[in-house]
Amino acid sequence: MVDKSWLKESATFSRPVIREIQRAAETGIYDIRGFGAKRSIPHFDDLVFLGASMSRYPLEGYRETCDTSVTLGNRFAKNPITIDIPITIAGMSFGALSAQAKEAIGRGASQMGTCTTTGDGGMTPEERGQSKYLVYQYLPSRYGMNPEDLRKADAIEVVVGQGAKPGGGGMLLGQKISERVAEMRDLPQGIDQRSACRHPDWTGPDDLEIKIAELREITDWEKPIFVKVGAARTFYDVTLAVKAGADVVVVDGMQGGTAATQDVFIEHVGIPTLPAVRAAVEALQELDMHRKVQLIVSGGIRSGADVAKALAMGADAVSIGTAALIALGDNNETYEDEYNKLGTSAGFYDDYQDGKDPVGISTQDPALSARLDPVAAGRRLANYLNVLTLETQTLARACGKSHVHNLEPEDLAALTIEAAAMAGVPLAGTQWIPGRL
Amino acid sequence: MASFNLADSTVRELNQHLHGSVAGKVSVDNPGGKHSVAVGATDAHDVEINGNVGYYCAGMNAEASIVVNGHAGPGLAENMMSGRVRVTGSASQYCAATAHGGLVVIEGDASSRCGISMKGVDIVVKGNVGHMSAFMAQTGRLVVCGDAGDALGDSIYEAQLYIRGNVESLGADCEEKEMRAEHKEALRGLLESAGISEFSVDEFKRYGSARKLYNFNIDNASSY
Ligand SMILES: Cc1cc2nc3c(=O)[nH]c(=O)nc-3n(C[C@H](O)[C@H](O)[C@H](O)COP(=O)(O)O)c2cc1C
Repeated sequence: MVDKSWLKESATFSRPVIREIQRAAETGIYDIRGFGAKRSIPHFDDLVFLGASMSRYPLEGYRETCDTSVTLGNRFAKNPITIDIPITIAGMSFGALSAQAKEAIGRGASQMGTCTTTGDGGMTPEERGQSKYLVYQYLPSRYGMNPEDLRKADAIEVVVGQGAKPGGGGMLLGQKISERVAEMRDLPQGIDQRSACRHPDWTGPDDLEIKIAELREITDWEKPIFVKVGAARTFYDVTLAVKAGADVVVVDGMQGGTAATQDVFIEHVGIPTLPAVRAAVEALQELDMHRKVQLIVSGGIRSGADVAKALAMGADAVSIGTAALIALGDNNETYEDEYNKLGTSAGFYDDYQDGKDPVGISTQDPALSARLDPVAAGRRLANYLNVLTLETQTLARACGKSHVHNLEPEDLAALTIEAAAMAGVPLAGTQWIPGRL
Repeated sequence: MASFNLADSTVRELNQHLHGSVAGKVSVDNPGGKHSVAVGATDAHDVEINGNVGYYCAGMNAEASIVVNGHAGPGLAENMMSGRVRVTGSASQYCAATAHGGLVVIEGDASSRCGISMKGVDIVVKGNVGHMSAFMAQTGRLVVCGDAGDALGDSIYEAQLYIRGNVESLGADCEEKEMRAEHKEALRGLLESAGISEFSVDEFKRYGSARKLYNFNIDNASSY
């Protein structure tokens, strides 16, 4: 036995870096994986709430109300949707996820009175049936897109980009293409399915305006139309989305999860959620559209603290992907032996692209997906959403707010200079916001 | 017969009529290049549009038969499900993009990316098509009686392409295929339903997927 305690690991060539070079040399192909960015970046953890003090008074928990409802899409749509909690479930495709997982998500979200979202692959009857409010994604691939489902949806989300890969298309590897998935996408079974990175019939904001008008015409101006962008040039992207006629803008930061993307893309393209929220809110304020066009923020939301901070910075709601999957059962230690067989361990599993998920979430294998009980998993998701909501209310009450939307940047302080600069809130104990006079 | 003069009534009124009312004849005058004319029809209406239309005319059409006596802008019949669309003039980019079914006939030329990501539609173009036509085309059939521009059928899946004229170049993974009796039969049927009788099926060549890029293989990386 070699005593390893004195061995010095290189910060530059860490063990994961060495392993990746070895893997690249062995296979000749870049690493494709699921999950979001894994490296440490400035995040909501770098902010704290100031709470009530001499100059403002708090509200009593369990006694004084703290409203959490949010109305989405009241700019142009005839039928805006009002959700009970400021947390929605992000778009994750049937194909990437099993039908059981989609159903569980619908159940959990509906129990909490919030909306869920389809994904790249169309709408399944399971999720439509179980979802009180279902947002139907309009993606470049247009897999499964049809006017009937469009009319069944409660809102439409035009996907321009995703935080995990702004500027990238999608990939569903052949091993996940079951007969049903293939049929919904009009492609042969077992082949790799690329989802285009650009829409096939429009480019740029002027075209998008015409496209949105077409979608409104097809659905008789009933449905709220969301536009989802990956966080990159957020100030301009949000400005242009509003100009193009969006009712709701969804901004997804670089931590945002994915089902299958190159690691190099996940870790190196896009900006973190923290500065993206600030830039998006500034854009809306400059257009006098803050709270008129709703802002939904996603990418690395894990706790009620994250929710409350995003709202305090000016978001109307947040959206979750990865955390919802974990609540369903993803990365659960019960399956440690099977994770080990796949060369990984509970807490590290990110091979959503492989279709071998022991928990039955990111797979199309009938035996594996049968392991996920949609009712029990839906219940866990509802529990988790409940906790997020209670935590958000706890923080809002501590700041004296009777509606979570009354949280404001003034309630926040930053723990690091980076976070202060990115979020546009003062460094704790100072008046200093780097980059502002 | 319902008539809409788009010089004084709105595209909204026209589209509302096509959603839910009893199918019948609909005539549309003075479209004036407006966008989203006759989109999302839900029944077998018989729509005749006299003049030029802008973006997305006949978008997501189901069942209706729509004739444009004029030219059409980008995205004609995008994501159409069924029915028929005929344009007597030419069509701009992305004609019949992602369309699932039905028949689209262009009597003039269609611009670039005709049939992009098509998912089952039949398209017949009497003239030429521009570059990147049938890009990532999944299923369905594209007939071009004239020439095809650069990179025809790039990254094509199972769609079938029949081209009578010159093909500037083929895109990645697209190749010429044997024209067997069943293909001639299919082509004959398509030309017939499009009302095109000037050309013989023997003048056409067939193109489709070489299926070499269906599953990622590092040794193919330079083909993309
Ligand atoms: C398994 C999985 C599948 C996804 N599929 C889609 C998709 O089809 N369309 C889309 O816009 N985003 C997709 N996303 C991204 C999510 O919609 C969302 O932006 C992201 O998960 C939010 O970040 P979070 O995971 O940190 O909560 C997917 C994410 C995951 C984890």
